[in-house]
Amino acid sequence: MGDDRVLRVIARLLIPFILLFALYVQFHGDYGPGGGFQAGVIFAAGIILYALTYGVEPAMRLVPRRLLAPLAALGVLLYGGVGVATMVLGGKFLDYSVLAHDPLHGQHYGILLIELGVGITVAAVMLLIFFAFMSREG
Amino acid sequence: MIADNLPALLVVLPLLGAPLCLLLNRGTAAWLVATLVAWLVLAISIALLWQVRGGDALHYAFGNWQPPWGIDYVVDRLAAYVLLIVAAIGAVVMAYARRSVAAEIEPAQQPLFYTLMLLCLAGLLGITITGDAFNLFVLLEISSLSTYALVSLGRDRRALTAAYQYLIMGTIGATFYIIGVGLLYMLTGTLNMADIASRLAPVAGTNTVHTAFAFITVGLALKLAMFPLHLWLPNAYAFAPSVVTAFLAATATKVALYAMIRFIYSVFGGAFTFSQMHAELLVLPLAAAGAFVGSVVAVFQHGLKRMLAYSSVAQIGYMLIGLGAMSVTGLTAALLHLFNHALMKGALFLAVGALVLRMGTTRISALSGIAKQMPWTMAAFVIGGLSLIGVPATAGFVSKWYLILAVLENGWWPLVVLVVLTSLIAVVYVWRVIEVAYFEERPADAPPVREAPLSLLLPTWLLVLANLYFGIETGLTVGLAGEIATDLFGAGSGALPLEAAP
Repeated sequence: MGDDRVLRVIARLLIPFILLFALYVQFHGDYGPGGGFQAGVIFAAGIILYALTYGVEPAMRLVPRRLLAPLAALGVLLYGGVGVATMVLGGKFLDYSVLAHDPLHGQHYGILLIELGVGITVAAVMLLIFFAFMSREG
Repeated sequence: MIADNLPALLVVLPLLGAPLCLLLNRGTAAWLVATLVAWLVLAISIALLWQVRGGDALHYAFGNWQPPWGIDYVVDRLAAYVLLIVAAIGAVVMAYARRSVAAEIEPAQQPLFYTLMLLCLAGLLGITITGDAFNLFVLLEISSLSTYALVSLGRDRRALTAAYQYLIMGTIGATFYIIGVGLLYMLTGTLNMADIASRLAPVAGTNTVHTAFAFITVGLALKLAMFPLHLWLPNAYAFAPSVVTAFLAATATKVALYAMIRFIYSVFGGAFTFSQMHAELLVLPLAAAGAFVGSVVAVFQHGLKRMLAYSSVAQIGYMLIGLGAMSVTGLTAALLHLFNHALMKGALFLAVGALVLRMGTTRISALSGIAKQMPWTMAAFVIGGLSLIGVPATAGFVSKWYLILAVLENGWWPLVVLVVLTSLIAVVYVWRVIEVAYFEERPADAPPVREAPLSLLLPTWLLVLANLYFGIETGLTVGLAGEIATDLFGAGSGALPLEAAP
């Protein structure tokens, strides 16, 4: 597939929009349909499209594999960290209302942060799975 | 702040410790984190048991979303009792893990190993503490998925097929469970266990509830390895790394049994389960068959781990007999054996892990004369074995005593004979090991073997001494198990108290 010029050009055109759309789904998730999981998958799909059209090696240069596992862990820690922060501020685990003076803002910040954690982890894990299968010898 | 959030911290600590282990990416550092977390969790579970010892349940609303809409963590005495045993085994096994893991798992995979262990611990604790049927499924998946990966880390390549087999069976079990929960949700419109229980009575006669009951019990029966759904268990236990085997054998099937007890008594209710569905007609013969077949097959195994795995199938049969006895004594016996079996299998598998470390094999025939070289390890194995048989002054005796009492209460003589007979078969398979280890000469050309290091012996002996302690001092186990069983039978079919907002 790597030599198909049409595919490469179209992919090059599409990938920035896919990544941008992923960010839109990520940060618009609190008001519209979407959220961290979908955003993470879309983001990873953009990278995977790049890997499929331009080869796995360039994709791995773009997103180094050794960064992926720590990123996946960081996402979970961000999610849990928000929960711990709410407990420290005197609320229940993941009770975002205590995150800001106005409970509504608190809920807003809370959901954005944990969905960011979800997004990072999902994108990293999707890419880890993809790279694991692609880079298998033999 | 900490005291109010203990029910959440119990699950959150291992859940956050897991990614931390992955980030540290060093075997020893990950082990330190995992051990620290496991002991903190044990302290929390003791504190929780202390708080609910009087019988009042603790409720914790996640994110301050009140039940039945939000996820409600409920710590009653039953949950606290199971939490204690899971956390205690987790703490002991984690302390034991460093040397054993260093020998059995590649350095690059060691941080992953501790990550998975903590995830598994978080899942098992979460299943026990949650009061939400769907949340239970999520946590069941967290613990199961990490378990599949843990089993596959075994040195033997057959660990991969064992893990795959377990993956397929376990996924079928989890799917059945979630189908059942889906049906209940369709009828009652709620996922909170206490709420389901309170809305179930008007629809209890419908086929949908009957189907839901069937799916949930069969799904959980797969998870707890009820005969003949146990086929995944022997291979998974035999090929997993020693630490994993000890941890799983002592906790995973117990937590699944707990979930089954929870559903029978706190969601469906004992009256529905036994008077309407007559679950005992299915459970009792299968439990009896499991106890017998598991024991007999164990006698003919060549591998130590596989022998103990089949013995586990038999022990699960005992617990199910207690459950099927439909009485306070029966349930007491099931709960007691849940606790005591965790102690004895934990001790036995840890002793086996020490043998694996020094010998590199679990073949029984390779152990000839090993008791001279490894006296402490083999002594631990012998006491664990005595407890497994049910010799007086060990924990195993106490639970078997109550099991026989429960069976006698119902006048089921054949089952008394079965329990005694299978205990005698246990003598046979434990004796096989003792005979080889103590009474055969070590071959002259065998390489010298040293006693296991202290870091392995201490945790093993901690569990061995617990076997002796709970065989003599039964206040905690028998007293608590009896009170829990009375709770579940009394108070309107033992429904969970519906949350009263604090």
